[in-house]
This record gives sequence, structure tokens and C-alpha cells, in this order.
Amino acid sequence: MTTATSDDHPTRRDFLFVATGALAAVSGVVALWPFVSQMNPDASTIAAGAPIEVDLSPIADGQDIKVFWRGKPIYIMHRTKKQIEEAQKVPLSDLKDPATDQSRVKDGHDQWLVVIGICTHLGCIPIAHEGNYDGFFCPCHGSQYDSSGRIRQGPAPLNLPVPPYAFLSDTKIQIG
Amino acid sequence: MSGPSDYKPSHPALQWFERRLPILSLMHSSFVAYPTPRNLNYWWTFGAILSFMLGLQILTGVILAMHYTPNADLAFRSVELIVRDVNFGWLLRNMHAVGASMFFFAVYVHMFRGLYYGSYKEPREVLWILGVIIYLLMMATGFMGYVLPWGQMSFWGATVITNLFSAFPYVGDTIVTLLWGGYSVGNPTLNRFFSLHYLLPFLIAGVVVLHVWALHVAGQNNPDGLDIKTDKDSVPFTPHATIKDMFGVSVFLLLFAYFIFYMPNYLGDADNYIPANPGVTPQHIVPEWYYLPFYAMLRSIPNKLAGVLVMFSSILILVFLPWLDAAKTRSCKYRPLAKQFFWMFVIVCILLGYLGSQPPEGIYVIAGRILTVCYFAYFLIVLPLLSVIETPRATPNSIADAVLAKSGKVAAVLVAFVIAGGLFLGSASSARAEDDTPPMQKWSFSGPLGTYDRGSLQRGLKIYKEVCSNCHSLNYIAFRNLADAGGPGYSEAQVAALASEYKIKDGPNDQGEMFERPGRPADYFPAPFPNEQAARAANGGGLPPDLSLITKARSYERGFPYFIWDFFTQFQEQGPNYVSAILQGFEDKPPAGVSIPDGSYYNKYFPGHAIKMPKPLSDGQVTFDDGAPATLPQYAHDVTTFLMWAAEPKMEARKHLGMQVFVVLIIFAFLMYFTKKKVWADAH
Repeated sequence: MTTATSDDHPTRRDFLFVATGALAAVSGVVALWPFVSQMNPDASTIAAGAPIEVDLSPIADGQDIKVFWRGKPIYIMHRTKKQIEEAQKVPLSDLKDPATDQSRVKDGHDQWLVVIGICTHLGCIPIAHEGNYDGFFCPCHGSQYDSSGRIRQGPAPLNLPVPPYAFLSDTKIQIG
Repeated sequence: MSGPSDYKPSHPALQWFERRLPILSLMHSSFVAYPTPRNLNYWWTFGAILSFMLGLQILTGVILAMHYTPNADLAFRSVELIVRDVNFGWLLRNMHAVGASMFFFAVYVHMFRGLYYGSYKEPREVLWILGVIIYLLMMATGFMGYVLPWGQMSFWGATVITNLFSAFPYVGDTIVTLLWGGYSVGNPTLNRFFSLHYLLPFLIAGVVVLHVWALHVAGQNNPDGLDIKTDKDSVPFTPHATIKDMFGVSVFLLLFAYFIFYMPNYLGDADNYIPANPGVTPQHIVPEWYYLPFYAMLRSIPNKLAGVLVMFSSILILVFLPWLDAAKTRSCKYRPLAKQFFWMFVIVCILLGYLGSQPPEGIYVIAGRILTVCYFAYFLIVLPLLSVIETPRATPNSIADAVLAKSGKVAAVLVAFVIAGGLFLGSASSARAEDDTPPMQKWSFSGPLGTYDRGSLQRGLKIYKEVCSNCHSLNYIAFRNLADAGGPGYSEAQVAALASEYKIKDGPNDQGEMFERPGRPADYFPAPFPNEQAARAANGGGLPPDLSLITKARSYERGFPYFIWDFFTQFQEQGPNYVSAILQGFEDKPPAGVSIPDGSYYNKYFPGHAIKMPKPLSDGQVTFDDGAPATLPQYAHDVTTFLMWAAEPKMEARKHLGMQVFVVLIIFAFLMYFTKKKVWADAH
């Protein structure tokens, strides 16, 4: 390496080495992409995550159902008058993750709470109609959510998220 | 060779680490300072190529295992879903499947190189035997990997190979049952093969470490078969060997990429695109190409036990090679007779491979027996005899002298290849001409730049919907696929509308009952019959095959030498030619002298000519909105194009990426070549 011949201009040799090394490095990194990308959800998983329709008519006042969308349990709770009032009159200052009840339901459909039933602490499934707030209680680490799905007590940092959904009619929603 | 290293890391932290685990100096003495003979030629780069391939096979294999399901009912489908749905799944699967072939190709070059240059001779006997062990492990791994897709060849390959063990007296059947985990090849077999297929590569990697260790103790052999005596005989491993090996790998990658992107099924068997069926054996059951010479030897022996013993011995004999060939001169370069016999042996192996792919009948069996004798004679008679009678030429005093005296020996190699090719040609002059070979057709998707004709795909879909779908399922195609890039080019809205025309069975609902609902894009095309029995009952006992893979699951022999030309012209449209020919090959009356069973129809191109399917398409049966003629040839062309897309939906992405990869690889190979020249400038 140190004994470059006389017609071997050093800068030209260096350029060759740098160019070869750079191409090897760049194409090597690019070639890694398929090996990483394959870990993402495949086309059938994405297609299976299409919106679903849920009929609300069988859910009586004070009852709730659990449906699955994209592998996540979605709680659809038909709230009682009492639950709605409790949720609406809580001052925002009492909340760890402040949000009005209004912002968590659809206008004119106050009685329907639709939330992703995954505790924001570490992913367990809270139990509906349990705990001190007429909402949800997570058995894993004791987080408690109110009747609007907002975190009130325990280690969870955030409210139960509201999935994207819309009312197709008074008794039918589309989630997703 | 690599004694205690004088390597000292400069950084104090590394020095601290080095005193506790001297792995850096081990690496330095093994792969940097290690003296490598100055006179190595490019055949020596195959060691590096093999290491690279082993690493790549393990990487792609681990990834495929993330998506594969080792269950007899799900394995075939899971492989198809890898190819169709997983991001870059088609690429990873092709890399792994083609990679196995490339791995064997490289290992054969590596083995023949060792044979030619006497790399098995004292003091490298253990190195050589470790290599034979690696090869045996590779064969086991390759065989079990081929079983995993659970196609027809997988299943019947597994059956035939495991049955080899039944040849052993008294214990044979017990061994076979133990291998199967049942009374026949089935789900337990598949599960254990998957487990072992995952395990064995790591054993190979372990033996490779021993192989390299033994190599570094004995030192590398070289084309002149001389030992390194002075510093002038060697160059440091890095950069000289490293750069040269990288250049070798980059050229090898070009070949590898050619198969991955342009000929992914060239080395495979069409029958393996038919799901495993324990009730039907394929017409010609053939192993992968890399086992063919041994398969030919197995078949040429008329006794079951003797055939199996001969086959196993043909590999195990390699273990004894260092003692069978007692000649003191290592390299065939200086052994005029051994050189000629070596090339004859290479030709014998190639011819045995060719015979292994041919049906075991007539001249092929006799030729197989003669060549089997030749194979063993090389090891048992020729080499021992030559070591006594041959007078080798004088070897140079040192490697440095050999380098200075070197002359072009490439011509000799070329001549040998031409002779091999000539013999090959001669052997195949008996190629049978059959007039029921499907005629050649022009397809928009052929060649390196081929794409699917969108109009043809859309018309083909219409024909499938209106005609074929009455009997044939299309299980691997979801409605959403019709909107995929490289497909028929429908919009998502059009696909949703098309899907909603179908009734899909879903459920159970809250009452526990199944119900029908309109299709969604995520649904798959519904099958016309609920199960195989219903399909057979409605079709006079015949089972209309699923059409998703039909253009890849059907093929015909191209014969020699066409299959070699096909590699260069990228001809791989046997399937489409066949499907199109079948649709047009119906004749109302069988030719004179041919009788067709009741309930069958005469088809010129169907093997055996008696097909259960009545003529499905006639002129004017389907009308097109785009002005394409409503004729049978047009129908056949369009529906075949559509079915080719159904079988290979990622073809356009494959060829497109292939072009980019090739541009980069060619530039890289050029740069590596000049870099190698610069690095070696002071060594020549």
C-alpha cells in the first residue's frame, strides 16, 4: 500500500477507494430496507383493518359491548343519564388529562361512549362498570377511568383514546 | 502460520478489553495480518462467496420463518402469502430459494477446486473432512428446506428421500416411522423438518468456524500446491485477499441477482406450485438440480439396498480421498495425467446430473450405470494408480517463482469447457420431437422489460368471472389485489363495487348462524364449490384445479440444449403457452385410432389427451367493451395473461427493482475490479 508506483497518482487512487467504499456503504444500507420493511404489517393485515359497521340497537341503556377493530377491543357503552351527568359536571381542573365530555362523544349522541379499551398505562384491558367513577377499572395496576373514559386515578397517564368513528344512522356506527 | 499476534490496540479502553478477552488480536491475526499465498486465483474467492451465502441464507431464512406457518394445512398458503402480501416478501423468498441453488453451485466449484489443486492432501486432511461434513449438512438442510413449501415436489421428495432409509434391513421401517412421526409423511414430518431446517444452518456455521480454524493452522493451499516459505511468497490477508474476495462476491452477486429478479423459477419445478397431494405422485419426480448426480446413481442400481448404499458411498468416499490419492505433488497443474482425469471426472458428474433429470428408462439407465462405475473408478482406481505411475512435472522452488513464471492457463480451462459442452450436446441429440408441445406465443410480460397488458388483464378477468369461475376457484386473489400496482389497474372504488357484487359467507352472528353479506375488497374470490367432493361430484369426478397458480404450476420439458438458451433469453413462458394451448386445443372428434373414455374430451395438448373439462370457450361467448375481437385466440390470450398476473402479481415490481439492482451491481463490480488492481499492483 505504501509503495505506490510512479504512474499511480495518489489522489486518483484515493478517489477510487473512496468511491468504491461509498458505493458499498450506501448500497449496503439501502439493501437493508427490505429486511426491515418486511416487519411492517403485510397487505392482508392492512386490508383486514378496513372500517367495520356496528349495530347499536341491541345495546340497552346501561349496557356495553366490546367489538374488535384492528385487533383492538373497542368498548361501546350505552351510558345512563346518571353517567352522562357525572361525566359532564366534572371540572376540568380535576382531570389528569383534561378533556370535556363533549369532545369525547358525537354531538347529539351523548348516550354513546366509544373508546379503545386499552389501558394507557401498559396495555391491559380495563373492566367496564367498575371502579369509583362509574366507568372503567384496570385490574393490572389499578388505573380508574370515569364514565367518559378519562383517567381519574392510578398510574395511567392519558384518557382512553376515542377511535375514529361516525354515526351512519341513529343506531349504526362505522368504526375506522 | 498464525502464531501469537503482535497486535496491540492503540486505545486504552481496547487494551483493557484485550487483556481480558484477546478477540481483537485473534481477528487481526486471522483476517488482517494472516499471510495468504500470493498466487491464489479466482477459484479461491469461492470460500468467501460461500461464507457470504451462508450468512445471507441464515438472514433471509430467519426472516421467512417470521411469516411461514409449519402446518400441513397452512404451509403452502403461507408461502404464497409471503410472496403476495409481505413487504418485499417476493424478494426475500426468491433470495432464499435461489440462494440455496447458488450456495450449492458455489460449494461445487469450491469442492472441484480443492480436488484439482490437491487441497485435501497432507497437512489439510482434517480441513477437507470438515468440508465434507459441511457438505453433508448442507444437503440435509437443502432437502428439508425444499419440503417446507409443501407443494407436490416437497411432499414426494420427502417421501422418496425418507424411504431411502427403509432399504436398511431389520431397522429400516423403524427408522422411517421415526423420521415421519406417523404412518406416512404428514404434519408431524413437516413440523420437525422445519425445526431441523432452522437448526442445521447454525451447525453448519459452527463447522465452518472449525473449517476456517483448520485452514488457518495448515495455511491455504494454492494453485501451485506449494508451502509458503518466505515473506515474498505471501501477501497480508487484508487488504489483498479481502478486496479480491469482495470483487469475487460482487461478480457472483450479478449471477445471483439475475436469477432472483429475472429467472426466479428457472431452477425450480413447476409441480411444486401444486399443493401437496398425498394421493397423486407427479409424473416425473426429480430432486433439485444439486442432488441430481447422486439421484442418477441411486436409480441406476437395480437393487434397493445396493442403490442406497452406492448413493451414500458416493459422498462418503470423499472422506477417504486424502488417503486414496497418495501422490506427493498437490496441484494438478504439475500432474499431466491427473489433470486429464480430473476433467473427465467433472464431465462424468455433469452427465450424471443430466441423467438424474431424465426418466429412468432405456439408454438413460445403461448410461447411468456406466457413469456410476466411472465415478467410483476415479476415486478407487484412477487416483491410487496415478499416485504410483504418474511422473509429475517439476514444481517451482517457491510461490514467488511460480508467480513470476505464470502464463495464461485460462485457455486450457476454456478448452475443457468446450469439450464438456460438446459431449453434452452429443448426449442429447436424441431429444424427442413431439408435435403436442404447446406452440410458442408472444406475451407482453416476457423478457426483462415485460409488463402486463392492462387491457388484456381486464378482459381476462371478465372471462374468468363469466366462464372459468363457474368451476374454478381463484383462492389466492383478493378483490383488493385488482387495485394493486402492476395489476389490472382498477381504482379502489371500482374494486369495492366489484366486490359488493359477490355474496360472501361470514359469521357466525350473534345467533350463532352463518350469513351472507356483500363482498368487501379484503375478501378473496369465493370458490364455486364448498369442498373438493362437491367440485368432483359436479364435474364428473374431475377436480377443476384452483387457477391462482396454474400458469406457474404447469410446464413442459424444453429439452437440451433449449433449456440452456432459455437461461440467456429469459424464456420462462411454458406455463402460459400451455394454458393458452389447452384452451384452444379441443377437437370435436379425436383423431382416427385414438379413443377417449366416456365423460372425457379430446385435447391435443393435454397430457394423455383425455381431459375432463369440456371445451370452455368458443368464439363470441364473451363480449368486450373495448373492441377486442370476440374470438377464441383472443380469449385464450387474455385469460392466460390474467392468470399469469394472478400467479405472479409482483412481477412488474420484481423486474423494475431488478434493473436498478443490476445498474448498481455492475458499477460496483467495475469499481471493485479497479480497486483490486490497485491494491494488488505491488504484489504482481
